[in-house]
Amino acid sequence: MTSDGTSLRTADMEPDELLESGQARSPMPPPTRPQTSAPAAAAVAPAKPGLSVRLEKLRAFYGSSEQVKGIDLDFHANEVTAIIGPSGCGKSTMVRCINRMHEEIPGARAEGRVLLDELDVYDSSVDVVAVRRAIGMVFQKPNPFPTMSIFDNVASGLRLSSRRSGDLRPKVETALRGAGLWDEVSERLDEPGAGLSGGQQQRLCIARSLAVNPEVILMDEPCSALDPIATLKIEELIAELKQSVTIVIVTHNMQQAARVADRTAFMLSGELVEVGPTQEIFTNPTDPRTEEYVTGKFG
Amino acid sequence: MSAQSPAPDQLARFNVSPARRRKDKIARNTILAGTLLALIPLALIVYYLLLKGLGSWSLSFFTTDPTGNTFFKSSSIGGIKSAILGTVEIVALASAIAVPIGVGVAVWLVEYGKSSWFAQMVRFFVDVLTGVPSIVFGLFIYIVLVVGTGSSFAGYKGSLALSLLMLPVVIRSAEVILMLIPGALRESALALGAPRWRVIFSVVLPTALPGMVTGVLLAIARAAGETAPLLFTAAATNKTNFNLGQFMNSLPVQIYSDVTSPTTAVVNRAWGAALTLVVMILLLNLIARLIARRSRLA
Repeated sequence: MTSDGTSLRTADMEPDELLESGQARSPMPPPTRPQTSAPAAAAVAPAKPGLSVRLEKLRAFYGSSEQVKGIDLDFHANEVTAIIGPSGCGKSTMVRCINRMHEEIPGARAEGRVLLDELDVYDSSVDVVAVRRAIGMVFQKPNPFPTMSIFDNVASGLRLSSRRSGDLRPKVETALRGAGLWDEVSERLDEPGAGLSGGQQQRLCIARSLAVNPEVILMDEPCSALDPIATLKIEELIAELKQSVTIVIVTHNMQQAARVADRTAFMLSGELVEVGPTQEIFTNPTDPRTEEYVTGKFG
Repeated sequence: MSAQSPAPDQLARFNVSPARRRKDKIARNTILAGTLLALIPLALIVYYLLLKGLGSWSLSFFTTDPTGNTFFKSSSIGGIKSAILGTVEIVALASAIAVPIGVGVAVWLVEYGKSSWFAQMVRFFVDVLTGVPSIVFGLFIYIVLVVGTGSSFAGYKGSLALSLLMLPVVIRSAEVILMLIPGALRESALALGAPRWRVIFSVVLPTALPGMVTGVLLAIARAAGETAPLLFTAAATNKTNFNLGQFMNSLPVQIYSDVTSPTTAVVNRAWGAALTLVVMILLLNLIARLIARRSRLA
């Protein structure tokens, strides 16, 4: 697929173009996928598949200390992959390497390859800005832009990353519906995003990353600052979103991994111990360390 | 919950000893006394300014230029129109120079320079610049632009001297505010695929705006009250002047020359001018704060 090579290399690509090229190079047949019986969110979610991500010998460093020690891992397209493991095992660092946010930290660097579909995002010809548009990210703490309204927050990704910004309303509505937030905020799009509740703010942040039509969304403990009900909503949302994007979710909460993930990877001290279907990891792990962790013997 | 009130001995463990109460009272009153003490000079200054300055305020005080006649009671000494307009012009140009450069340096320090040796060096020199007496800036511009070019005093030369004075104040205050902006905000904007410059202009600077306004106002207030840098750069004159290339009057210089006059009316004009300066800075403060508040959603 040669189109892959060029599509990420244009710094000022429109989200639309990204979407189109995403369809063009998609390894799966586009729109005709089975609709779930469920909510409006799924019905309006952009009908386009996510892309697979493959890590090859990924190593990440902070200065001279190695936090991720050579990981090979596949994230299947349109699946939810959960990363579990004790604090400080390198889960977040690994995930931040996927959209090259790791290198934003002074002194941090990464080695190895991260293949988005078939394109190495660390290739010297790849524009880091285009990588981040294709691979969105949701952070631990909800962080809507404090100076912007709800509408502007969702539109921010489109405005910040492209020069022309046409009519943003339909895109904003689609993104908010996709994040299951439209019904709650459609009457007050001009109010500050920071005025929403924590759970709503986090869904606003998800809408914000959906608006630029990414192929992959990375979630770094997206529910750890939320109450159980808001957490439940986000988890339902994740199940719907995987129809249009590939999701990687870092979580401390093993029940959460069991609820939302198709596959689960267990990490320990910067190494990948085991990866497999979630069911298997939790009920019949092959590695004794995985078993000890999921049964609560440590971590 | 029982309706009965708890027995006294149950509450006893929450009791604070009289000695502790006394100490608390002493500490609180000491702090209060310190606050009041610090307010005394401020109150006195405002009181004297109003007492002595209000008397010389009149419509013609603001609408006529000083006549230069300071000895003969029979003729009018004039007002301070040229000084007010001169200060507005000189300070406006100085801000137009110092604020963009200062904010630019602060953005570079926080977003790009971080803790590199060059950034540390810039910080050190900015700190040194903060401690330079204002008259040195005046002398510097005098040597370079007045003597150096063999030309005469001009309003823009005063502006340059004042902008040098404002620069370190703007840089340091803007830097502090920019460092307060949570890194998570920058990260989430970067993760949306925004180029760094867009993150700075669309997310970091708007979030920092209200705080930066305070720092800029502080710099403007300091510059507006400076006499020394203007004495050898913009000089003193009586005429109202809208050409920054010519001699230009200003409030501090007007006050400086009036207050040494033997004529009571002229000294009173200095008080009136001082009150005017304070009121102008106060108004600027209020307006800027209103604008900053309106531009912020939260």
